[in-house]
Amino acid sequence: MQIIDAANLDYRAVNEALREAETDYIIKGCCGQRFLAAGMSGKNLIIHGIPGNALGAYLNNATITVNANAQDAVGDTMNEGKILIHGNIGDAAGYAMRGGKIYVQGNAGYRAGIHMKAYKEKIPVMIIGGCAGSFLGEYQAGGVIIVLGLHKDGRRIVGNFPCTGMHGGKMFLRDSCEEIHFPGQVTAKPAAAEELEEIREYLSEYCLDFGYSVDELLSGPFTVVTPDSKNPYQQMYAAN
Amino acid sequence: MKIEGQIRIPSGCAISAAISRDGKKMSGELIAGSMKPMHDRSNGLGGGFAGYGIYPEYKEFYAFHMFFDSRDTRKQCEAFLKERFEIVQSEIIPTRKIPEITDEPIIWRYFAAPLKSVFTSLQLEEKEFVAKTVMKINAEMPGAYVFSSGRNMGAFKAVGFPEDVGVFYKLEEYEGYSWTAHGRYPTNTPGWWGGAHPFTLLDYSVVHNGEISSYDANRRFIEMFGYQCTLQTDTEVIAYIMDYLLRIQGLTLGEAASVIAAPFWSTIAAKTDLEDQKKHTYLRTMFPSLLITGPFSIVLGFEGGLMALNDRLKLRSMVVGEKDDKVFIASEEAAIRTMEPNAENIWSPAGGEPVIVQVKEGAFS
Repeated sequence: MQIIDAANLDYRAVNEALREAETDYIIKGCCGQRFLAAGMSGKNLIIHGIPGNALGAYLNNATITVNANAQDAVGDTMNEGKILIHGNIGDAAGYAMRGGKIYVQGNAGYRAGIHMKAYKEKIPVMIIGGCAGSFLGEYQAGGVIIVLGLHKDGRRIVGNFPCTGMHGGKMFLRDSCEEIHFPGQVTAKPAAAEELEEIREYLSEYCLDFGYSVDELLSGPFTVVTPDSKNPYQQMYAAN
Repeated sequence: MKIEGQIRIPSGCAISAAISRDGKKMSGELIAGSMKPMHDRSNGLGGGFAGYGIYPEYKEFYAFHMFFDSRDTRKQCEAFLKERFEIVQSEIIPTRKIPEITDEPIIWRYFAAPLKSVFTSLQLEEKEFVAKTVMKINAEMPGAYVFSSGRNMGAFKAVGFPEDVGVFYKLEEYEGYSWTAHGRYPTNTPGWWGGAHPFTLLDYSVVHNGEISSYDANRRFIEMFGYQCTLQTDTEVIAYIMDYLLRIQGLTLGEAASVIAAPFWSTIAAKTDLEDQKKHTYLRTMFPSLLITGPFSIVLGFEGGLMALNDRLKLRSMVVGEKDDKVFIASEEAAIRTMEPNAENIWSPAGGEPVIVQVKEGAFS
């Protein structure tokens, strides 16, 4: 393990140090440096402090652990690898990610999983332990978004306008979602046992990471949301 | 020169604020330091601060902070002011010469009280008279700009990166119970001294990250009430809208937030609290032209408090944190951690959800 003290370094200097590092590494004293580990492959990174925006952008099979909150655009367009956040994440997490995993212990801001997609054998997975803000899964085109609604403190599991423009992938919300309004082009229904089996593997991994019981998590009511059609915009402007 | 698209310009304005609910004073150095981790959100074309409670020795007087392009302009403006105000102090605002900040105008301040005989003969209330004076100077006196006109508060702004602007204005010499800050990355309008944030009128100040799609609709409406947008930057209109809604119309802060970041009609229709539904329907119907569309996160400063607000779609980031009597607001958590490493209850308000922090009654001066 190599330790990089980021306290007085700007994002370029930190990222250069990361690229030169030959082993796994720890960044300490992080405070807002952006683009950490962008495009990185084959390394493990632990961050102490607050990483800046676009943490793990274009990540290509590295593992990042953050022991605090993360800011906006975590895992922007990531391809492979895993980002583990022991806190909350800001807005637009997993923007257009096409592979890899983002596991969050706390809450997500607005637009988590916006434009998430899938590519060949790659299926991106985002698990949010707490609640998600509005526009969750906006324009989702592939992959799996799971929101667990742990430590809700009386809030709704997701804000307004979830799944706006969703046309692919799946979303699981650990809630009966009676108060949630979904748009017309998706179907939200209680998840069947076999659908929950599809996500057991991810949840088991999540439980190992954060110390929860998978059976307990799966015992809650789950709502699964899927788009209705492969071509949801066929009649957006004119019937043809 | 390469343009955006050929190169990536990773930026998008930065805002930050700190307030003590107990009215305890904080040095301006604290807020200036908070802008450092957000350096890349600005591009050096504007930075600024507003401090409240910074002029206790002149707290009865309006503090006019002014830019002048020449000594003649200053003389003319001073003659104009003397017909309407008693000026008790007139001085250069102290600055440091640093290589990061250049081409400064003449930066001056007056502490002044409006002449009662003048504003009563005009049948104007005192604050209205001061506001009208500010508008008149900014619109009709070429080369003279009032960039701050409140009591016991002041704005400090310049072309440069915000942390350098803090050094330039010697902010460490001021102490306030509340501060706001801005780092600018102008997208549509020129980066000039008057266009830096905060934008102010009387004791209201606004720092803003975003751009106002509805600017011209808002401007046309607000100019019907005597406000004049002269500073070539969209944020200016927010300052005047807030003055109009709060001071002229007497709305509460929460109501004003519901006007400028009104929920969608569908969201209003889905409300189960019928009183709340009625209130939002009323406000959207009364002030449709003051809905501000487009992305924004703003902090409004006023005497005794702050209000932070995101646009209803929350297209800009904003984080709030607390520690003891202090509340911190910033575009990024990193900025809050710079001011208070042990800040607690870090959270992101929802779009259109105002965060109002007020100093305890009687605790600010």
